Amino acid sequence: MKLTLKIWRQKNSTDKGGFVTYVADHVSKDMSFLEMLDVLNDQLTERGVDPVHFDHDCREGICGMCSLYINGKPHGPLQTTTCQLHMRSFSDGETITIEPWRAKAFPVVKDLVVNRSAFDRIIQAGGYVSVNTGGAPDANEIPIPKNVADLAMDAAQCIGCGACVAACKNASAMLFTSAKISQLALLPQGQVERKTRAEKMVAQMDAEGFGACTNTGACEAECPKGISITNIARMNREYFSAVVSSDTM
Amino acid sequence: MILDSKIPAGPLAEKWTNHKFSSKLVNPANKRKYDVIVVGTGLAGASAAASLAELGYIVKAFCFQDSPRRAHSIAAQGGINAAKNYQNDGDSIYRLFYDTIKGGDYRAREANVYRLAEVSVKIIDQCVAQGVPFAREYGGLLANRSFGGAQVSRTFYARGQTGQQLLLGAYSALSRQVANGKVKLYPRTEMMDLVVIDGHAKGIVTRNLITGAVETHAAHAVLLCTGGYGNVFFLSTNAMGSNVTAAWRAHKRGAFFANPCFTQIHPTCIPVSGDHQSKLTLMSESLRNDGRVWVPASQEIAEKLRKGQIKANDIKEEDRDYFLERNYPSFGNLVPRDVASRNAKYVCDQGLGVNETGEAVFLDFRYAITRDTREIIEQKYGNLFEMYKQITGEDPYEMPMMIYPAVHYTMGGLWVDYNLMTTVPGLYALGEANFSEHGANRLGASALMQGLADGYFVVPYTVGDYLAQLAPKQVDETHPEFARIKEEVQNRINMLLQINGTKPVDYFHRRLGKIMWNECGMARTIKGLKGAKAEIQALKKEFWSNVKVMATNEELNQSLEKANRVADFLELGELMVDDALHRNESCGGHFREEYQTPDGEALRDDENFAYVAAWKYLGEGQEEELVKEELVFENVKLTQRSYK
Ligand SMILES: Cc1cc2nc3c(=O)[nH]c(=O)nc-3n(C[C@H](O)[C@H](O)[C@H](O)COP(=O)(O)OP(=O)(O)OC[C@H]3O[C@@H](n4cnc5c(N)ncnc54)[C@H](O)[C@@H]3O)c2cc1C
Ligand code: FES
Repeated sequence: MKLTLKIWRQKNSTDKGGFVTYVADHVSKDMSFLEMLDVLNDQLTERGVDPVHFDHDCREGICGMCSLYINGKPHGPLQTTTCQLHMRSFSDGETITIEPWRAKAFPVVKDLVVNRSAFDRIIQAGGYVSVNTGGAPDANEIPIPKNVADLAMDAAQCIGCGACVAACKNASAMLFTSAKISQLALLPQGQVERKTRAEKMVAQMDAEGFGACTNTGACEAECPKGISITNIARMNREYFSAVVSSDTM
Repeated sequence: MILDSKIPAGPLAEKWTNHKFSSKLVNPANKRKYDVIVVGTGLAGASAAASLAELGYIVKAFCFQDSPRRAHSIAAQGGINAAKNYQNDGDSIYRLFYDTIKGGDYRAREANVYRLAEVSVKIIDQCVAQGVPFAREYGGLLANRSFGGAQVSRTFYARGQTGQQLLLGAYSALSRQVANGKVKLYPRTEMMDLVVIDGHAKGIVTRNLITGAVETHAAHAVLLCTGGYGNVFFLSTNAMGSNVTAAWRAHKRGAFFANPCFTQIHPTCIPVSGDHQSKLTLMSESLRNDGRVWVPASQEIAEKLRKGQIKANDIKEEDRDYFLERNYPSFGNLVPRDVASRNAKYVCDQGLGVNETGEAVFLDFRYAITRDTREIIEQKYGNLFEMYKQITGEDPYEMPMMIYPAVHYTMGGLWVDYNLMTTVPGLYALGEANFSEHGANRLGASALMQGLADGYFVVPYTVGDYLAQLAPKQVDETHPEFARIKEEVQNRINMLLQINGTKPVDYFHRRLGKIMWNECGMARTIKGLKGAKAEIQALKKEFWSNVKVMATNEELNQSLEKANRVADFLELGELMVDDALHRNESCGGHFREEYQTPDGEALRDDENFAYVAAWKYLGEGQEEELVKEELVFENVKLTQRSYK
């Protein structure tokens, strides 16, 4: 396959950046998208050009590190992560546009790499159960109905990649935040801190500069892990019931 | 030199309790006067950092990813073992201990393994309390599955994402301590070297991966939780960034490296598809619970299959060879990994391989789907099947999966004593980075267990014992040693940038990987290993004269990061070969063709090799010195492993 790649190049966070066009004529259908970029990068290096920087690590769709905006969609045409996308999803002669996640709260570091530490700070605000090592009761002491555990697991599957933010025209982080709030609100272990958790995580999300949710559903549609927007509805309920009867006042 | 493993006296089952009791304690009010550096935020690092901070120590936690949550542990699929015996199927702490020692082919320390089995039960309690959504039965209690090398069901799991859920649990505990101000996080920061002062570890030198700034950090103790070194093979199931740098630099500063050649080759991975391949994908071992492994019974049929003249489903039942079930009737498809991998290699070497390259066997779910319905199989393995389809373009519900062994885990690592301290006082190694509990072969679902055992339940006690012996005053970061090591790090970076050769880093990494896979992989010979040593030395020379590293230090520079890591892999590779060469026996994942039983099983030599091989670095260009820790077995009898 021969492809034309329009790739966003930006030297650092203060550089203005812009698209550079490369031709890739080495592409086989079995390659993953990132392997296609690896080959391009080796060629660029041999030509003395700084390789295109992009984030990736597990290449198994689970670490949430890869983050490319491909042809106007986070993680490209399929509902999967970029690292799981294979070139058989593209056709010979195609032009592919590759950009970083675009959101105020995710500033570009270099080329296609962005800073997502805002997500860590949202979790630090309350995305945990306050239990110290060692003090836990026997694991089977609290039975949890299978359907509840399954729902919690559905929400817990979020990989924190940020595709939801990139997909949203308001760059909202509601899907990410609500996934964690839902997981813990569903489980008995999460009950004690349920209210303060919702309040604090939502406040941090706002402080980071993420936008509001206008229910377009773009986040769910692009989420590689199929996290459902019903989590957002649950978070809103949690949040409103928390502010009317706050534990922190 | 004698290695003191510091195994406490007393009966096996009481060692840990007694040891905890006799450990020194740091006064609670003094704990905040001690700084601890934790490098790595995988299961081992995140759990250690959180637990130490909860106790009151001041912790700095480092990782090279953009967030601690992305450590390689996140990718573990299948599950975590614990001797809970919730299934009432005869499990016990002793049985888990015994299975692990036997599975490791009798090359691990009894006392450590017993402690691991003992604390395993608490890990599950801790994780559930954090909100980890483990799989449950309809009655609401925790569910279990079976894994290779065990005849009981003791593996806890969260769909096919157990590592993710456990890591997110540990990460949440860590995040809570960040919010409390007890942990300071340093993401996108790579440890480049260790600072040792008067024989004790006192800090590290790091590179900020965004700005390139080389910095020093001082502390009273340093914990390396930096994972395994499987990427020395270039192709492995490890995350792309997994590397040996932290452990290797510590090794060069005095920490012995133990059993480097003990590598685990996992039987169920997606086969290589071409030269562009950048990594290999694991299909969880749990699939062997329900999938049956087979190849065609004759070369002729295999040949047709490879040429695409027939498909797997066309092959009649009597023309299929379920070679694991045939060779190992009592464990069948659930034999330990080393045995399963080697058998797959054998049948492929005999021309029975089933894909174009001839390096694949089938893993077939047809029987399970007929027995249990597709829906049930989907519930158990849906995401794995999806991933397989995504990568290969084939539907495993319709056609058997094709699998082949791939490098997966490294049992070797920094030598540690019972306290998890390396040969450098104050320097600890946890998780996959140490060599401890798995001997020559790790059982499935035991790495997660070990990482969390080390971090949550072992190191909080043993580090306290060490710190209690130090005065509660700040480590002096103006000590000239910090400046000296920092300068060495800077010089090395400059050297890499100045070579300006013609080949990208991956070119060298791939070549190293090929040498390691061919000669130091599933089967090793004296001749092959000797050749490999010479080849690696030559490759190392070529690397240092012809690698091309782009751009500058003062920016995000992924080719510089890689070059730095590959330079260390090149040195490690040679030590692995030395280790494999010196061990004139076969055990676990280390299979020397010269040492096998008549029916092709690993032939151990307990008389001469029942020891841990710890290697001491003596200086650039010098052969390393072998130091032995004899293994003493007081509780289990050494027998030839049999899974027949
Ligand atoms: C695909 C796959 C599936 C697996 N499935 C299972 C399973 O089902 N059950 C099981 O028990 N085990 C499984 N394993 C093995 C298990 O996942 C690992 O052994 C384990 O997670 C290792 O954890 P760790 O904490 O030691 O290291 P890691 O999780 O590898 O973490 C290493 C950390 O160190 C950091 N680091 C490394 N070098 C540096 C440096 N120089 N400077 C700064 N930071 C550094 C990294 O950023 C990272 O945070 C699996 C492994 C793979 C590859
Ligand atoms: S690289 Fe880990 S999810 Fe894509």
